[in-house]
Order: sequence, then structure tokens, then C-alpha cells
Amino acid sequence: MALKMFTMNDLARILREGAGVDAGTNLDGDIVDYEFEELGYDSLALLETCGRIEQEYGVTLDDGTVAAARTPRALLDAVNCRLSIPA
Amino acid sequence: MTGAAVVTGIGVAAPNGLGTEDFWAATLAGRSGIGRISRFDPAGYPARLAGEVPGFVAEEHLPSRLIPQTDRMTRLALVAAEWALADAGLDPETLPAFDMGVVTASSSGGFEFGQRELQALWSKGGQYVSAYQSFAWFYAVNTGQISIRNGMKGHSGVLVSDQAGGLDAIAQARRQIRAGTRVVVSGALDASICPWGWVAQLASGRLSTSEVPDRAYLPFDADARGHVPGEGGAILVLEEAGAARDRDARVYGEIAGYAATFDPRPGSGREPGLRRAVELALADAGLEAAEIDVVFADAAGVPELDQIEADALAAVFGRRGVAVTAPKTMTGRLCSGAAPLDLVTALLSIRDELIPPTVHVQPATRYGLDLVCGDVRTGPVRTALVLARGAGGFNSAVIVRAAGDRAGNNN
Repeated sequence: MALKMFTMNDLARILREGAGVDAGTNLDGDIVDYEFEELGYDSLALLETCGRIEQEYGVTLDDGTVAAARTPRALLDAVNCRLSIPA
Repeated sequence: MTGAAVVTGIGVAAPNGLGTEDFWAATLAGRSGIGRISRFDPAGYPARLAGEVPGFVAEEHLPSRLIPQTDRMTRLALVAAEWALADAGLDPETLPAFDMGVVTASSSGGFEFGQRELQALWSKGGQYVSAYQSFAWFYAVNTGQISIRNGMKGHSGVLVSDQAGGLDAIAQARRQIRAGTRVVVSGALDASICPWGWVAQLASGRLSTSEVPDRAYLPFDADARGHVPGEGGAILVLEEAGAARDRDARVYGEIAGYAATFDPRPGSGREPGLRRAVELALADAGLEAAEIDVVFADAAGVPELDQIEADALAAVFGRRGVAVTAPKTMTGRLCSGAAPLDLVTALLSIRDELIPPTVHVQPATRYGLDLVCGDVRTGPVRTALVLARGAGGFNSAVIVRAAGDRAGNNN
């Protein structure tokens, strides 16, 4: 079975649905290394986003992982790392 | 500095008009916003009419980041606050954060949001509940969101005393103005026309089960049979009179008097507290009863409560001793939003020298009220008394007065 991948497009969609988008942020732009804070997302927005990722992808993200993932790239890596572990 | 608190900005979201001028035009024309509930299917409930705010699309007014974290009542409150600040000609970004406060009232909190998340909790599990449930359904959320959006860090809070809370919040805002806060955003918006909010209101036993919009809410009428609930309300900007004058702000009027009382224990046989609230508010304003031009009634629409209100007014003003009106017959009772909307209506009555009508009501003679019915009544309005009662025994009264009419004021 092919491994499921969590991409920037997936993250952008979930951010849009769960937390909305700041007027100055383009989620379709090259934002993978920007800090979430610069993109207009606070800790609660990330909590909501991670909750949605957990439901949709069937992974568990502990609080430490969420707090450490300060950029989209870090969060993508953390999610994909869990997706690569066979259930 | 006089220490007087004046209203310099108004924002309205009402069932018969979105925005102050739409609302005012509808109110003068006697246009009602009461109809069959559209926000959910009311077929299975004994009461099926409500006053719903028409044509409000939150996404057209608010940034996308605020949409997932807000209940309808908060969206309405944020937009009404924005309109009120613009109306006052105030840009919060140019004022020190601690010079601006927010004091609103709330009756239920964000019930539509809360219902959705509680349904997710019991049907799917805790991990499916929005992180924003942590505040989106709280009583204080409108105050908090207005504060955050406008960078207002001065004294802030929320008052919860059902319909009376809308006046209690204005009074608390006035206290903060007197204590030195430069600007206080106050008033209230409630919007809980969802099944959860509806059953909570049904439990009061005071909802009208009529399905005919112009026969459902008839305060002071022999056919009174309860009230129709509604959503909406108003946000007002309060400032200290001298500060408002210094910046040449347009002043709608002064919050001249206030009092709140609590009813005695049911069955005690003692007189309800409404008359005392009126008398204390008059004393607070330094006015005689004869100086009040119009009363905006609480207008419960329940015969026993209508009688209590009519008795209180007769005791203070004499039978048919003062003009009384209930424009809320066009909106339904808006929980905590009702009294701030009545305050706005009173201030616009002062501005335009027009008293809007009570609609659909044939006043029963036993109440002895000079009720303004059917059409607008014209004539100077310099002072108005607004009454609000909350379930559980709350009585509040606020008196507004035309700007510059303050005793001893030579302006």
C-alpha cells in the first residue's frame, strides 16, 4: 500500500478551513519556511489545525511536537514522520 | 471635565434593519422583522416565530481569520462595534490602548457555535471539538473579541442579567468613563436562534406560540400571549462629555441616570422592584417624573408582567401621564441586545424629534397607558426613560438626555 503523504497543499487547505487566512498571507505562495506567527497563526490556530490533521490522517501529534513545529516545513515533517510508521 | 458620559457612536444589527439608518427608517415606518424562523426548521417546536437579522453575510464584513472562531452573535457584535467607532469618528489605532475599554452584556453566549461543538463532542468525541470552543461560546466573548480587534486594553467586562443586562452594561461603561477611561465600547448583541437556544427560551414559558407575525407579540393588549424572541442589538461608543466636546464629536445624548433593583421573593406579596428602579434612575439624573418625554417600555407581552410595568409607570407618572412606546414589537425581544437597541432608538428620537410606534397593539384600557400606537408621534424629545427586566427578578432603568441639557450646563 502506498504511503499517504501530507503536503503543503493539504496543510493550506486545513489552515484555511480551520483557522482562516490573514489578509497579508498567501497560503499558495512559497511559505513553507515562514514561521506560523509571521503567517498570522497563533497557538490556538495551530491547536485547531493539528486537531484537524489528527482526525483526517489518523495520527497523534503530542503537544511537544506541535509546539516545536514553528514553520509549515517542520509541521509537514512531523506529520509525515508519523505517517511513515506502519500502524 | 463634567464626568458625564455621552454617546458619540452607534452600530445596529436588528431584525428590521442592518445598520442604524435602515433600522431607523424601518422603525419609523412601523416595519416589523418578525417572521417564521429560517435559521433552523422550527416545525417540531411549539413556538415558530422570531426576529432574525436579515442579509448579514459575515464574510463580507470580517477577516477570514475571525470566521472559524466566532459565533453569529460575535460576528454581529464585531461589525456593529466597527460601525459604532466609525460613526463616532474614532480610530482606535490612534488612541492609547489602556484609555479604551469594552463592557458588553450577554444572555446566553455563543449558543449556535456551542451547540455544534457539543454535538461533535457526544457524537464523535472530544478530539472533534473545535479549539475555539474554549472561548467562542462564553458570555464574555463579544467583549474579548471587540477588545482584541480594536486594541482596547482598558477596563473591560461583561454583565449577565438577561434583558436587564443591556442597561447594566451601559451603566458599568458610564462608571468607567467617570473613573477616567476615555472611550468605552458598550451595548450588547445576542443571537441564539438555534435549537439549543430555542429550547432554553421555551423553558421560560413566556414565548408566544402564535404563528401569525402581527398577532404574536402584543404587549399591553388584551390578547397578549407571550413574546417573540429575536436576535441582534446595538453597540454604543461612550465618552466623557468634555473629551467629546474637545474633539468636536457629534453627541447623540447623555447617559443621565441609571438604577437597578431586584424583585422580592416570589409569593412574598411585596411590590416588584420596577417602580423603585424608575424612581432611583430619576433621582440619579436629577429629574422630576414630569420632565421625562417618553418611556421605552420593557413590554413583556405577558399579562401579569405588563400589569406590573403599567402599575409602576402609573405610580410614578400617573395614569396616561407619559408617552410610552415599545418599538420592540417590530423586532421581538432580543435578550441582552434589546435594551441597547431601545437606547439607540431613544437617542434617535431625541435627534429627530420623533417617537416611533408600538405596532399591532390595541392597548387594553385597564393598563392606563398613553401608548404610542400605529404611527409616529412628533414633537420635541429631550429626555427618555428606557426600561428592561430580566428573568429572575432583574429591573434596570436608564435615562438619556439631549446633549447640552444638563442641569447647570450653560452650553
